[in-house]
Amino acid sequence: MKRRFLQLAIMLGAAATAVLQSSASEHWAFVAPERPAPPAVKNAGWVRTPVDRFILGKLESLNLSPSAPAERTALIRRLSLDLTGLPPALSEVDRFVNDASPDAAERLVERLLASPHYGEKWARWWLDAARYADTNGFEKDLPRPIWPYRDWVISAFNRDMPFDRFAIEQIAGDLLPDATLETRIATGFLRNSMLNQEGGIDPEQFRVEGLVDRVDAIGNAFLGLTVKCAQCHTHKFDPIKHEEYYRFYAFLNNDDEAEIEAPDEALRSKRENITREIARIEDDLMRDPDLPRRMKEWEERERNSAGNWSVLAGATAWGTIGAKFIAQDDGSFLFLGDNNGSYIFTIKAASDLKRVTGFRLELLADPNLPLGGPGRGADGLCSVAEFTVEAAPANSSDKEGAKRIELVAASADFEQAEMPVKNAIDGEQNTSWGIDAGPLRRNQSRKAVFVAKQPIAFDSGAAFTFQISQRGDGPPGYRPSIGRFRLSVTSDEAPQADPLPERVRRIIVKTENSRTTEDRREVFRYYRTIDPKFDEANRRIDALMKDWGAAPTSLVIAPRETPRTTRIFRRGDWKRPSDAVEPGTPAFLHPFPEGAPKNRLGLAQWIVDKRNPLTARVIVNRVWQQYFGEGLVPTPDDFGTRCDAPSHPELLDWLSAEFMESGWSFKHLHRLIVNSATYRQSAVLRPDLREADPTNRWLARAPRFRVEAETVRDIALAAAGLLSARIGGPSVYPPIPDGVLNLGYGSPMKWETSRGEERYRRAMYTFWKRSVPYPSLLVFDQPNGDFSCTRRIRSNTPLQALTTLNDTVFMEAAQGLALRVYKEGGSDDAARMEFAFRLCTSRRPDASEKQRLMEFLRSQQQYFSGRTAEAVYVTSADLNNIPEGVDLHRVAPWTMVARVLLNLDETITRE
Amino acid sequence: MKLNRGIRGIGGKDRKRAEVAEITGRVMKYAEEIAVEVRRLLTRRHFFKECGVGLGSIALASLLGNRTSACAQQGPLAAKAPHFEPKAKRVIYLFQAGAPSQLDLFDYKPELVRYNGKPVPQEIAKGIDYAFIRPDAGLYASEFRFAKHGQSGAEISDAMPYLAGVADELAIIRSMRTDAINHAPGQILMNTGSVQFGRPSLGSWVTYGLGSETQDLPAFVVLSSAGGLSGGASNFGCGFLPTYYQGVLFRRSGDPILSLSNPRGVTRRMQRESLDVLKELNERHLEVTGDPEIATRINSFEMAYRMQESAPELMDISKESKQTLDMYGVTPGKASYAMNCLLARRMIERGVRFVQLFHEAWDHHSEVVKGVRSQCKQTDQANAALIKDLKQRGLLDDTIVIWGGEFGRTPMVESDPDAGRSKGRDHHNKAFTMWLAGGGVKRGLTLGQTDDLGFNIAEDPVHVHDLHATLLHLLGFDHERLTFRFQGRDYRLTDVFGLVVEKLLA
Repeated sequence: MKRRFLQLAIMLGAAATAVLQSSASEHWAFVAPERPAPPAVKNAGWVRTPVDRFILGKLESLNLSPSAPAERTALIRRLSLDLTGLPPALSEVDRFVNDASPDAAERLVERLLASPHYGEKWARWWLDAARYADTNGFEKDLPRPIWPYRDWVISAFNRDMPFDRFAIEQIAGDLLPDATLETRIATGFLRNSMLNQEGGIDPEQFRVEGLVDRVDAIGNAFLGLTVKCAQCHTHKFDPIKHEEYYRFYAFLNNDDEAEIEAPDEALRSKRENITREIARIEDDLMRDPDLPRRMKEWEERERNSAGNWSVLAGATAWGTIGAKFIAQDDGSFLFLGDNNGSYIFTIKAASDLKRVTGFRLELLADPNLPLGGPGRGADGLCSVAEFTVEAAPANSSDKEGAKRIELVAASADFEQAEMPVKNAIDGEQNTSWGIDAGPLRRNQSRKAVFVAKQPIAFDSGAAFTFQISQRGDGPPGYRPSIGRFRLSVTSDEAPQADPLPERVRRIIVKTENSRTTEDRREVFRYYRTIDPKFDEANRRIDALMKDWGAAPTSLVIAPRETPRTTRIFRRGDWKRPSDAVEPGTPAFLHPFPEGAPKNRLGLAQWIVDKRNPLTARVIVNRVWQQYFGEGLVPTPDDFGTRCDAPSHPELLDWLSAEFMESGWSFKHLHRLIVNSATYRQSAVLRPDLREADPTNRWLARAPRFRVEAETVRDIALAAAGLLSARIGGPSVYPPIPDGVLNLGYGSPMKWETSRGEERYRRAMYTFWKRSVPYPSLLVFDQPNGDFSCTRRIRSNTPLQALTTLNDTVFMEAAQGLALRVYKEGGSDDAARMEFAFRLCTSRRPDASEKQRLMEFLRSQQQYFSGRTAEAVYVTSADLNNIPEGVDLHRVAPWTMVARVLLNLDETITRE
Repeated sequence: MKLNRGIRGIGGKDRKRAEVAEITGRVMKYAEEIAVEVRRLLTRRHFFKECGVGLGSIALASLLGNRTSACAQQGPLAAKAPHFEPKAKRVIYLFQAGAPSQLDLFDYKPELVRYNGKPVPQEIAKGIDYAFIRPDAGLYASEFRFAKHGQSGAEISDAMPYLAGVADELAIIRSMRTDAINHAPGQILMNTGSVQFGRPSLGSWVTYGLGSETQDLPAFVVLSSAGGLSGGASNFGCGFLPTYYQGVLFRRSGDPILSLSNPRGVTRRMQRESLDVLKELNERHLEVTGDPEIATRINSFEMAYRMQESAPELMDISKESKQTLDMYGVTPGKASYAMNCLLARRMIERGVRFVQLFHEAWDHHSEVVKGVRSQCKQTDQANAALIKDLKQRGLLDDTIVIWGGEFGRTPMVESDPDAGRSKGRDHHNKAFTMWLAGGGVKRGLTLGQTDDLGFNIAEDPVHVHDLHATLLHLLGFDHERLTFRFQGRDYRLTDVFGLVVEKLLA
């Protein structure tokens, strides 16, 4: 009996496995969409765009009828909020309401799509999925420069960049054959991962965690696939194997994490002018007939000046306050992670040279350092306060024999004014060797050579202990610590630092014939600085360079010169690497595009390949979700086998096909949706629908929902007439309640409250600190940016009520609205009331609403008459700056009214 | 739901029945998977009923007729029954952020005296990561004196004399372990069950599971003393759970809750009048649109108004006896850890489900003796007072009190003259100590042993996930069944781990 049961179990098991496998490969979302024909409908007159056929077809099959069109005022408010995130101006409302032409709404849609605020609104939508934030996260949670990426997203939407291009630039903008600064900035998408800079961390551990986050973000934002579930084991529900996870990961594992300058147009053109002018001067100098002779002599002289150096391989290095290094293949050490102190690095290394006369410290440029390094300062700089060496015979068993080596001479390939290299051996911690050679020249490798008083001579070779101390100061995370360094020793007599920059040295070892024009220019560019004959020209060039200017920077991805080997991590544990894997995409999806490179660019092309069953559907679904509160697939983050079934599968496929065939145009997609009769329905919940379709799955009416966090604030400021229309730029610091920032680790971050217009920028520009998110946005469910978010929660809590009632910004909005109403609202209170109500809801109050509000106004007027102090308090955000030219006793009641109006459910609802 | 083609196309009840039939068919070989599926069905149905559709209809019902019922907490925060009869209903978590030194408080290691100053044996320390010290650092014996206390004979150092006085109430776990050695990931793991940010915190899970017992205060309250948190707000965040379940930080000065006070010049009466107009206008619009969400919003405003009264009342300790204040060591008007302990008790009394105190002050990389002494001075008396106070009020029986940090500290000394550090201890995740007390927890228990040098666990290891599983168990939950679907997966606090530690149960 038992055995039969077992047999049966095995049979059942086999059958179930077969079912599971076949259901996975035939899962609808894993099969590319084909464009279905829109169904025939009875009430064809209702149809405005093909979208309506799908919706109406379903409604008719359910015996439900669509709702009447929304009122014009409701429609313009809905369209404005949906397309630009802003309420319409009253003049726009009037114009639209009075526009009798049949295509009034279509023209309104075009106007809104052409507004630069369209880009802002939809950028914010994308930034959720891109997990945008202005800080690095984790304990230190220091500010990071990545707002140029946000600007890029805004601009991409405003230009209606095709989505395939949009995806490719963000995943591989740096690898494009026509890569530009903009496309490189776009790779900030990948850099939005958090970055741990806590003291004592292992930077490699958190680099790996960053990659895991990138895999998740790509899976979530583009594929609607929970790829990350396969990090530790083969996916439980979707056909993604453990190995395939790491093949996907391998695409992302060959990069440097760079911070580059992102100058704006004006600065760029200024710099181009300077560059052109310098080139002109250099062209002139290069015509000097005597130049070839002098340069040849110089090259002869310098040919052998590099010296004979042995890199100290196999060294170990550590630093104070838990500084840890990533050892590089060339014997150098890269310092990442925490960077908040004055460090002393200790390096232990052995050399088998029997006689050592000097030491070379190289400070190496590296793409993972700010502006390419070699330091970790904001400008890629660092300095060296002290360099010391102890030596012992290599075979001595204990440290007792180690002796401090006296260093008697120092030379360097560059010394900053007043910061000569001898400062590094003067025994003074507060004098340093500096390497700032000015813009264009500062971000390159540098070297110093230190000469021992007596050669170190041990038969067994020597064991050295070096200490390099650094004392520079800088902003948190950007202390000018050494970013990457390497140590070498020599037996040369009286060694000197090679004066030539590394890239010049690399050229002059080439034969004359094998040098390119650019090589020659590069050599000359250095040579002119050391030829006394060119002093005057050099001074002119230096003067030009004074205007070079500083640019903001942005975090980007850059391809790594030497690729890394990606290994499967057993159970997802980075400390348990096993088999090596090559980049590749999951086998159950469409094949990798033929001829596409096996790198991020190929990956991006695979993602937007028209054969990809997921990407278009996932994007279309999220756009739909934005308009209707819920996606056609209610699980935007999971299109796998366990996703909820789509409400209108044919519509999803039709829109996806249409989206791709339109050239992936977002604006086209928006038009199809917002010009539909479905979209234009009234949001009123009909009694019959309350029973028949309480969740509005079948869309026999328009949905009604609370606007997003940013829009809650923007509506208030717009009603008050305070909202700034400026687009883009660095994040801003609107008022934040006292003490909020104390929650963050360490000394609270400086929050210099923005002044003037910057105080009233759209909420999407608010500086977003991951560990302490801006309270009034967090409370309305703005995602905190720790991970990719494709569906915002819409909560409704008492803390939200307290925020819109009492928070400084919202009270300022009420005060602004009151003043505006009092000044511009008309000649009597009734007119003012209507004006105020319209500014908040776009519509006119009905008689009963007006009456109730007027009652309230009168009671407030009574209260404030004769109460001067109270009136001043209620009307003035800043007691040093009381509104002038108005009777505050009469404004104060309006502040109370404005506060009520701004708190109306309708005001913060899109209906 | 994974549907095979045979089932597609069947609608309604039949479909569900067919699904269940299919699930039953897979039972033998796919027991685990089925459990997941069924759980998912249950949670989803449960969630939509409680939080989605149900919310609106309850709110609507309350508005259209039965107004009095609007006062009971509804919707996502409605009080809910757990999976089985709970031992405890509430939690006070005293989070000692920065990681207190277990070797100077609870884990007495005489052998360390013998090896004091000697390098840690390589066979013990090999392959271990440290944040700051070098692997050859010397061992460091505690400079505190230890004694056995109470009938249970719990070993506690003289740094915590008050706690020693309530030793018989405690279950001391000397064999805790965790995966992280850096503060932010460590705190996030201890509070959310994952080293990666973005998961709901323990308090959120508990609130999600049990709902709230108060209509006038948040269900999950956070208090903080000492420094800012390495893990930031994510320590008490709701991750992917709805925002209702997020911890609400009570502030040390000014308004206890952000924006609790009316703006300057707005009196309580004006606030009421404003809210009356607001309510009437919102009700009118509800009649027009029929959207139940408006009813919920009206409730939110009313609850906010009540909170404006109840939160200051909560914070007002003027009616506490001098005896109570002295027991905690509270100075009225002065923010402190002790004050937070007293407030925690007041919150629990008022129906707050989960109170979490953060005291980030234990990261003693240098001068651990001085640091431990000073932090104990600030916290020890209040910890003991809280236990006594809860007990005398009959609250300890169904309130769990938790004490502990994100990891422990090394048996080796941290010393780095270049960085100005001496006689400190570095981060250590292989073994550390926490204690529990109250509802359903075994009294007078010392669980677990570390090896002679206090380096590794020798007996009864308790991982963070096991602690979480145990806490949920005490609150009436099977930790494998308290789940939330996000990105296609049913997440739980304990991820795929966690075993209830039976020995800790009373």
